[in-house]
Amino acid sequence: MKADPKGVLTGTHFIDGDHACCEGALAAGARFSAGYPITPSTEIVERFAARVPLVGGTFIQMEDELAASITLQGAVWGGAKAFTVTSGPGFSLMMEHIGYAAMTETPCVFVDVQRGGPSTGLPTLPAQADMMQARWGSHGDYEVIALCPNSPQECFDLTIKAFNFAEEFRVPVMFMMDEVVGHMTEKVVIPPADRIEVTPRKHTRKSAEEYLPYGTNGDLVPEMAHAGEGYKFHMTGLTHDERGYPNMTPQTQDKLVRRLQNKIRDAADRIMIAEEEGIGGADVIVVSYGITSRVAQKGIDMARARGLKVGKFRMITCWPFPEKRIRELAEKAKAFVVPELNLGQMVREVERAAGGKARTIAVSHAGGSVHRPEEILNAILEATR
Amino acid sequence: MRLTEIRLAGFGGQGVILSAIVLGKAASIYQGAFATMTQSFGPEARGGACSAQLIVSESQTLYPYVSQPDILVVMSQEAYSKFAPELKDGGMLIVEQDLVHLENINAEVKVYSVPATRLAEDLGKRMVLNIVMVGFFTAVTELLEPDAVRKAVADSVPERFRELNLKAFEKGYEYGIQALSAGPLAGEAEPQMAFSEE
Amino acid sequence: MSELVNPVERFLRTDRMPHIWCPGCGIGTTVNCFARALIDSGIDLQSLALVSGIGCTGRVAGYVKLDSFHTTHGRAIPFATGLKLANPKLNVVVYSGDGDLSAIGGNHLIHAARRNIDLKVICVNNLIYAMTGGQTAPTTPGHAITATSPYGAFEPSFNLPHLLEAAGAVYVARWTTFHVRQLARSIGEAFQKKGFSFIEVISPCPTLYQRRNQLGDGLDTMKYYKEASKVRNGSPTSEAGLTMTGEIVVGKFVDRERPDYQTMMTAQMTESLGERYIRPEMEHEEEGCGVCG
Repeated sequence: MKADPKGVLTGTHFIDGDHACCEGALAAGARFSAGYPITPSTEIVERFAARVPLVGGTFIQMEDELAASITLQGAVWGGAKAFTVTSGPGFSLMMEHIGYAAMTETPCVFVDVQRGGPSTGLPTLPAQADMMQARWGSHGDYEVIALCPNSPQECFDLTIKAFNFAEEFRVPVMFMMDEVVGHMTEKVVIPPADRIEVTPRKHTRKSAEEYLPYGTNGDLVPEMAHAGEGYKFHMTGLTHDERGYPNMTPQTQDKLVRRLQNKIRDAADRIMIAEEEGIGGADVIVVSYGITSRVAQKGIDMARARGLKVGKFRMITCWPFPEKRIRELAEKAKAFVVPELNLGQMVREVERAAGGKARTIAVSHAGGSVHRPEEILNAILEATR
Repeated sequence: MRLTEIRLAGFGGQGVILSAIVLGKAASIYQGAFATMTQSFGPEARGGACSAQLIVSESQTLYPYVSQPDILVVMSQEAYSKFAPELKDGGMLIVEQDLVHLENINAEVKVYSVPATRLAEDLGKRMVLNIVMVGFFTAVTELLEPDAVRKAVADSVPERFRELNLKAFEKGYEYGIQALSAGPLAGEAEPQMAFSEE
Repeated sequence: MSELVNPVERFLRTDRMPHIWCPGCGIGTTVNCFARALIDSGIDLQSLALVSGIGCTGRVAGYVKLDSFHTTHGRAIPFATGLKLANPKLNVVVYSGDGDLSAIGGNHLIHAARRNIDLKVICVNNLIYAMTGGQTAPTTPGHAITATSPYGAFEPSFNLPHLLEAAGAVYVARWTTFHVRQLARSIGEAFQKKGFSFIEVISPCPTLYQRRNQLGDGLDTMKYYKEASKVRNGSPTSEAGLTMTGEIVVGKFVDRERPDYQTMMTAQMTESLGERYIRPEMEHEEEGCGVCG
């Protein structure tokens, strides 16, 4: 369906990534956010608090991130599209509820504007060191989707995408920004509402008698109902059967947890968004994401100026990891160079997918700034040796 | 427009960030080029050091940070001491005349000076010194089209202050046109005693 | 007699019986009272949602035939807050235990009362963590033996009515599982209030609390509740603290008016924004749903 024009601030703006993310959420139909202030993410909910009363929604500042991350889920079951935003320390507190959203199949978006860690770390400076946490941070087996924007424009465009994936797959989507992208100001073009495609909630049309809250019809994603509609359904974080009733047997566990996994894995090709350039005939492929992809481009340009054949693979979808494509590329290229603002996270995935077919060179950085393009150039030079 | 790296710095409350937003908006929205603005965040909302980095270019900017600015705009002594050494040889230094005491100027640097605070006070509102500075910048750098910047000024301030800010722009711009025809100060024009390190 | 079917049955998921609660446990009694209150108040069941946390009382959500949410440990109140704010037409009940609500969820409890979110909170207080095997709770009275205070508890315990009154609840009452009529009536009264209502129900855990402390079985506990309870409506909550074998002050302690969260939000937004303010519930009244298409 098309976006509700009330939430769409059509026009050309010069705004930062945090503000653009908020506009993306509003355009996607988010009318509820529960938040807790934390640098460098707070501007997103500050803007939301100012904007949402004008479009028919609610912002509530909660007492902590534990509360924020579950209040938004209550709102989803009350019929709203909802999200929360945070940064490292708050993201750590939200982990239990990311698992809860995965288990109860609550469509929602968690925005993490990454800063340097561990612990309080570098509140005002960037990192990309929550990437593994985004995937594995909650206990148990589950799958999420994670997207990484590299500009304010993408903070707008991909926030809409994040909400759309959340609704399509009934899954929590991690929107993994970083401090630089969040605080960087650039031109952001917001199209008219009738040119923004919004995925509706997968709401059941069945009667209360026929409805099975966790029954599926082939595509592994159950239909949803909201409180107050007469379905009188039950929902729990316990292992549950198709009725939503607790059923703590290995058989029910296996069936449920595999479905939660497979509804994402089976659709991986559809979820995968990446930017490829100069891949054909490349000896070295630079794999990057988020703000680092922009620095990487400069390193690639410097290497190409020296006559080297370097390709670019930018992950926009980081989870599920694009392992099929990396495996294919490993057959063609000699090496992958993987710069990221951490001491080695996504590079492990690249290495695993490459399976020894191509070398993998990490360009690590502890965070607090971005790489110098020369560091990436040097890694490319090393890779060609 | 060739890729130009700009740093604007002063203390919190001077409107440093807004001046960078106006210039970036002029370049990217009203002139069809690209602009990337980043800012350093200190814990202080007022009075602390404040700096914005702006990169304008014909094509999309990749690397978001300024390493060696082509143009440095400083509105405080602290900002001058901190950032003047980074300025590119042959670069341009724009200073708030009454707030910055020039010392140890690199002879390769073109210096333009404007009493932006005083000009703003002449208009009755000290707070528009940043837009006076934007006007002056527009005149002496010749980087952006004045009309594009005028539109960006009008678009970036609350409606009730629009007229005042547009006046501030013109004031700075006119001062800048005169300064441009007079030529840069180039260090020796206003000789200053070098302070000892003690 | 025409009532061959228990009148409470239509409120229960009979396909989930038998329940997990022990013989002599008081939670089932409170559910009976809750159902009785629903019958007496004639509340629209479709508008009613029940939210529980984790623990023995947390399982209530699984047994009532309502839209029911079994959330994470301590977070029933913030979940319920989101549910209520997203759909203000819902009547939202939080049904959970003392450990869930006042220990791990204690911060949410006081903040929801401070905000005066329109929630009806039923706190079944068995003075212990029961589901995990009988450990000390913030409500465990001094000297009581628990799995984690084998030599007797010595931390001061929470006086929950006093805490909730201070935090801002508009309705605060306490009963025991002996006081079934009074409890049902209190629940009914809470449904008439707009704002944060808190009803504490002192309830036995014969398996873990009473047994370890040699306080007898479920029936002995009923006798104790009957004899030791003093009904003092309007009594200062500061005087309602509990001890292991002493007096139990019960009654309706607080019944006052304060604008609830949504009323205050609407008033403030209208004051600041005038006609530009779009109330969230107005969205629900519009043709077509912005979420479901």
